[in-house]
Amino acid sequence: MNLHEYQAKQLFAEYGLPVSEGIAVDTAADANAAAKKIGSSKWVVKAQVHAGGRGKAGGVKLVDTPEEAGAFAEQWLGKNMVTYQTDAGGQPVSKILVETCTDIAQELYLGAVIDRSSRRIVFMASVEGGVEIEKVAAETPEKILKATIDPLTGAQPYQARDLAFHLGLEGVQIKQFTNLFLGLAKLFQDMDLALLEINPLVITDEGNLHCLDGKINIDGNAMYRQPKLREMHDPSQDDEREAQAAEWELNYVALDGNIGCMVNGAGLAMGTMDIVQLHGGSPANFLDVGGGATKERVTEAFKIILSDENVAAVLVNIFGGIVRCDLIAEGVIGAVDEVGVEVPVVVRLEGNSAELGREVLKKSGLNIIAATSLSDAAEKVVAAASGAK
Amino acid sequence: MSILVNKNTKVICQGFTGAQGTFHSEQAIEYGTKMVGGVTPGKGGQVHLDLPVFNTVREAFDETGADASVIYVPAAFCKDSILEAAASGIKLIVCITEGIPTLDMLVAKEKCDQLGVQLIGPNCPGVITPGECKIGIMPGHIHKPGRVGIVSRSGTLTYEAVKQTTDHGFGQSSCVGIGGDPIPGSNFIDILSLFEQDEQTEAIVMIGEIGGTAEEEAAAYIKANVSKPVVAYIAGVTAPPGKRMGHAGAIISGGKGTADEKFAALQDAGVKSVRSLAEIGNGLSEITGW
Repeated sequence: MNLHEYQAKQLFAEYGLPVSEGIAVDTAADANAAAKKIGSSKWVVKAQVHAGGRGKAGGVKLVDTPEEAGAFAEQWLGKNMVTYQTDAGGQPVSKILVETCTDIAQELYLGAVIDRSSRRIVFMASVEGGVEIEKVAAETPEKILKATIDPLTGAQPYQARDLAFHLGLEGVQIKQFTNLFLGLAKLFQDMDLALLEINPLVITDEGNLHCLDGKINIDGNAMYRQPKLREMHDPSQDDEREAQAAEWELNYVALDGNIGCMVNGAGLAMGTMDIVQLHGGSPANFLDVGGGATKERVTEAFKIILSDENVAAVLVNIFGGIVRCDLIAEGVIGAVDEVGVEVPVVVRLEGNSAELGREVLKKSGLNIIAATSLSDAAEKVVAAASGAK
Repeated sequence: MSILVNKNTKVICQGFTGAQGTFHSEQAIEYGTKMVGGVTPGKGGQVHLDLPVFNTVREAFDETGADASVIYVPAAFCKDSILEAAASGIKLIVCITEGIPTLDMLVAKEKCDQLGVQLIGPNCPGVITPGECKIGIMPGHIHKPGRVGIVSRSGTLTYEAVKQTTDHGFGQSSCVGIGGDPIPGSNFIDILSLFEQDEQTEAIVMIGEIGGTAEEEAAAYIKANVSKPVVAYIAGVTAPPGKRMGHAGAIISGGKGTADEKFAALQDAGVKSVRSLAEIGNGLSEITGW
C-alpha cells in the first residue's frame, strides 16, 4: 500500500524529522485559507497522487499569494494527473498539500528498501538528489552510498555518521543526519515499510537538513498489524476492479487483451498468460483465485472478469493442489447462473478431484469447452476469442 | 538418494490440530510420511490423528527426535513458530503459510542461518521425495519416483512440471517449492547445490518468475557449479512492466528482473529455457536424450 506525500510527512513529523509546515486540503477555499494560516509570502502547492513525476506534469507549483494557491487547487481537484509513472488515464487528484517554501542550497537523496539479495533493509544515500535515482544508480553506481541494517541489532548511529561524512556533511548536519537516519530506520521497522524515499532531502540556505518530499510503501502482508496505516489508505488511487477483487482476496490485474483468465496460483496465472500469448492470443487480465478458492470467490472472479467489456472468451485453468476442482466447477456453474456468461468458456482442470470437476461441468449442460491439456486450452480459447469478434 | 527428506525423515507439524494442519497431516500420513507428532500450545498430552500433541517444539523434539517441522500456523505467528523450531534443534523447517510480513522473515531467516537450520518457504507448497516423504500441500498422486529434481518459486507451476515429468516417465528425485516471497528461507542456489550432489538426480527443472534477480544469480551459479542438465521456465514473459502480479516476487521495475533478462542469463549458463509452460517435459527429453 502506498501513502500520499502529505501522509508520509505526517509520519516523519511524528518521528521528529524535519518537514515543512503544511496542510492538506480538498477544496480551493481551504487551499486559500491554509496558505493564510501557515503565513508566509511564498508557498508550495502540490497535487497528491500515488505517482512520481508530478513536477513535470505541472502538479507542483510555487505561488506568491493565497489566491494563487486556491486557483491551483481549483485547477487540479477532481482532475486526473498523468505522469510517466501512471497509465494513460492518470490518477485522480483529491488532495492538495499547501506548504511553506524552502530555500534550497543542495539536494540529496535518501531512501531505504528491503534488498532481496542481501536479505537486509538497505539505506541508500547520494549527493545526486532530485534527479531520477535509477538513472544515477545505473550510470554512476559509485555515487550511491549504502548502509545495510542487521535485522537482529537494528540501525546504529555509526552507520549514519559513516553516510553523513561520505555525503560531505559537516558540523551540526552530522547530528541532524544521524537523527534522521535513526528516525527513518525506526519508522521503517515500526510501520512495516517496504520502501521509503526522500527525494530530495535538501540542505537549506541556513545549512539544515530538510525532507522536501516523502514516498512510503507499506508491506501488504503486514497491514493486519498496522490499523493506523489502514485508515490512511486512499481507495481513489486504486484500480476499481482490482480493489473489488482484493475485497474477495482475489489477485486481479487488468490488461489490454480480450481473453479473460481465471487461474489458481500467481505463477500459473502468469504462465497461462504467457501461453495464451504464445498461441497468438492476448490476455485481458491476470487473476489468481488463490489456494482457498470457494464457490463464492470463483463466482466473484467471473463477475470481475466479465465486467471488462473487451473479454471475448474466458479461460479457466486450474491445477488443484489444495483447491478441489469440483469446487471450482461448481463456482463456474454458479457464476453462469448468477451473471449469465455469454462468451465462450474454455476450462482445463487438473490435479485434485479433476475428474469429478469435469463431470460436474459436463452434467451442468452448459456450453463449456473442455480442454485436454494446457496447449490445447490455449489453442481453444484463442480460437474461441477470435471467432467471437 | 534424494534431497532434504526421505523415508526415514521424522516430521512434526506446528499448528497440528488446526484445520490446515489436520488436513495436510492426514494427507501426509496417507502418503507414507513418517509423521511423529505435532505441536499446539495448550493441547499438549492430547492425541491427534493417533499421534502425540505437544505444547512446545522443544518437548516434541526431545520426545520424538524429529528431523523436520512443517508449519501451518497463521501468518501473524509464523516468525515465532520458525524461531521456536530453530531454537529447539529442528534442522529442516518447511513453512507453508503465506502472507508473512517481510520484516518478520528478515529476522527468522537470519536466525536460521546462524543456527545452521535449513528453512524452506514460506508461501510455498513444501518438499516431496516421491514415494517416501511428503511435507506440504502438493497433491501426492501426481508424483512418481525418478530422476528429475524440481525447484520452483511457484506452487501450481511446480505441479505442472511434476505432471509433465511423470507423464514422460522420468519421475522426480525430489521437488522443492521455495516460495514466491521476497525473502525465501532457501533460494534456487541452495537447492541447486543439493541436486548437483544428489546421485539420484540426473537432470534439474528450475521454475522462476519475473521480478527480483534470483534467477540471474542461479544462472551464474549453474554456469560455475552445476554439471547436470537444467531446463528452466520463467513465468511472466508477457506481464507488462510495473504491474504487480500477486507474488511479491513478481514485480518488474526499471527493466531489472524481466523475463527476457533472465532467459538471457540462463542461456549464457547453458540452461535449456522453454518459453511455453507445456514444453518442460519436451525440453528435458531434448537435452537428456531420454
